[in-house]
Amino acid sequence: MPEKNNKIITENLNFYYGKFQALKDINIKIGEKKVTAFIGPSGCGKSTFLRTLNRMNDLLGEVRIEGKVLIDDSDIYRSDVDVVTLRKKMGMVFQSPNPFPMSIFENVAYGPKIHGIKNKNTLQEIVEKSLKQAFLWDEVKDDLNKNALSLSGGQQQRLCIARVLAVEPEVLLMDEPTSALDPISTLRIEELIQDLKKEYTIVIVTHNMQQAARISDYTAFFLNGEMVEYDRTENIFTKPKDKRTEDYITGRFG
Amino acid sequence: MKKLNKPCRISQLSDKIAKPLLFGMALTAFSITVLIAFFIFQQGLPVLGEYGIWNILTGKSWRPTEGIYGILPMIAGTFYVTFLALAIGVPFGLATAVFLAELATEKTARIIRPAIELLAGIPSVIYGLFGMVVINEAMRFIEREILAGVLPPEYRWGYSILSGGMVLAIMILPTIINISEDAIRAVPRSYKEGALALGSSHIQTILQVILPSAKSGIISAVILAMGRALGETMALIMVIGNVPMLPRHGILSLFAPAATLTGTIALEMGYAGPEHRAALFMIGVVLFCIIALLNSFAMAATRRGVGK
Ligand SMILES: Nc1ncnc2c1ncn2[C@@H]1O[C@H](COP(=O)(O)OP(=O)(O)OP(=O)(O)O)[C@@H](O)[C@H]1O
Ligand SMILES: [Mg+2]
Repeated sequence: MPEKNNKIITENLNFYYGKFQALKDINIKIGEKKVTAFIGPSGCGKSTFLRTLNRMNDLLGEVRIEGKVLIDDSDIYRSDVDVVTLRKKMGMVFQSPNPFPMSIFENVAYGPKIHGIKNKNTLQEIVEKSLKQAFLWDEVKDDLNKNALSLSGGQQQRLCIARVLAVEPEVLLMDEPTSALDPISTLRIEELIQDLKKEYTIVIVTHNMQQAARISDYTAFFLNGEMVEYDRTENIFTKPKDKRTEDYITGRFG
Repeated sequence: MKKLNKPCRISQLSDKIAKPLLFGMALTAFSITVLIAFFIFQQGLPVLGEYGIWNILTGKSWRPTEGIYGILPMIAGTFYVTFLALAIGVPFGLATAVFLAELATEKTARIIRPAIELLAGIPSVIYGLFGMVVINEAMRFIEREILAGVLPPEYRWGYSILSGGMVLAIMILPTIINISEDAIRAVPRSYKEGALALGSSHIQTILQVILPSAKSGIISAVILAMGRALGETMALIMVIGNVPMLPRHGILSLFAPAATLTGTIALEMGYAGPEHRAALFMIGVVLFCIIALLNSFAMAATRRGVGK
């Protein structure tokens, strides 16, 4: 639907955990350099869908996928696709902050290192740039060798965002990135997202309807594995077309 | 009413008895350790005093019949085989643990794991037999047919430090595999997902995120294995040759027969005269100190792991 430039397109996407069908016939076009929010009650398949976009579901044993996921018009489930390149391009931020038990520096430098950057100065620059982008630099610049696990939850989540930015992805997939955070940290991350959308295509799963309304350009409402409605965010929240969407956003169920 | 009261009184009573009982048992365990240490030291210290601790620890010959009690060859033998066992067993065991925890399908793991459990239960004398008929035979072949030109003549019997190291390596495998596998499995899944989502390959994730996160558990595994190797007696007696001589041919010393601290005690106690007997106890003192030192390292290492 949205723009001329679609970064992600899915066509008749079905996803199964064993016999259980978690996604039903999803067709969506996600615009480049837009913030797209996925909302819907717990268990409706938002995370599952997000994880089909960087093939994180490949890690699970008994899963099956049908249909197409096109990123920059090429099918990411074709057998010749290099998953490493794909995941580098599709950065993912998880629901609970998951920094590695290493120093702050090592966390951010991890991605560039595994992708072949060895030069110390280059790494140093990348780390600084990424931490600045994630608005964490000022808080940690004096002690980059501190263990990342000693940071607060909000700082850890911004570190995880910095860690993703360091590999220069094109898309940010964020699965409820603020659900474990206090209001102030949440606000900082939301500001960060506003800032990042200049350069990145952002897909964010959220349980917080105000958050979706505040930060996203487009919103998709999911229910029981189906995408019920997908539209500009202001339309979803002011004049939803589907009765179920209206019920959900007005808090009448879920 | 009575029925209600009774169990109450019993539970009160059992509380009164249970606590001192448990304390008593803990105290017993502690006292036994102290007692063992006391008797070994009591028996062994006089020899240490008489001949001088330095002379004994650095003495290169062990000739009890002539009253010469240098235990350096046995200390060396013990450390060589232990080190070799770790050098072979740790990479092997760690690789197996990684395979079981990260790569193997459930079906494969179900076949391999019981085999490892079984390995842990085999008595050490059986390992000794295996070492004698398989490893020593192979070593003898290598020493006589392949390396005959370079080895000194006394290194031709198959009984060697290398044989001992290999047998010990197999014996410590279950310890290393089980404890490391648990440590690897205990690494939060989110670390792995985080690494993969950044575009790491599975192997990179294992080497750079999972193993470092499991470090303290793996160190415990190695230290426990080292303890097991240092204390092993029977299997080594059967494969190492029990020659209390310092090997002195550089890398070729791998093929030298040797003796261990534990093996010497076990072999000689049966026929030892009074002073010889005391000297064997003195070896016990040395072993005791080595193990105590090792334990304190282990504790320090684990504490550091927890603190992180
Ligand atoms: N690994 C799995 N194996 C089997 N079923 C799964 C698995 N992961 C998720 N599911 C099921 O798939 C459905 C969708 O799950 P998903 O995690 O995508 O929901 P969600 O919309 O992200 O929910 P939440 O808002 O609670 O995070 C649920 O019914 C869930 O039980
Ligand atoms: Mg979810």
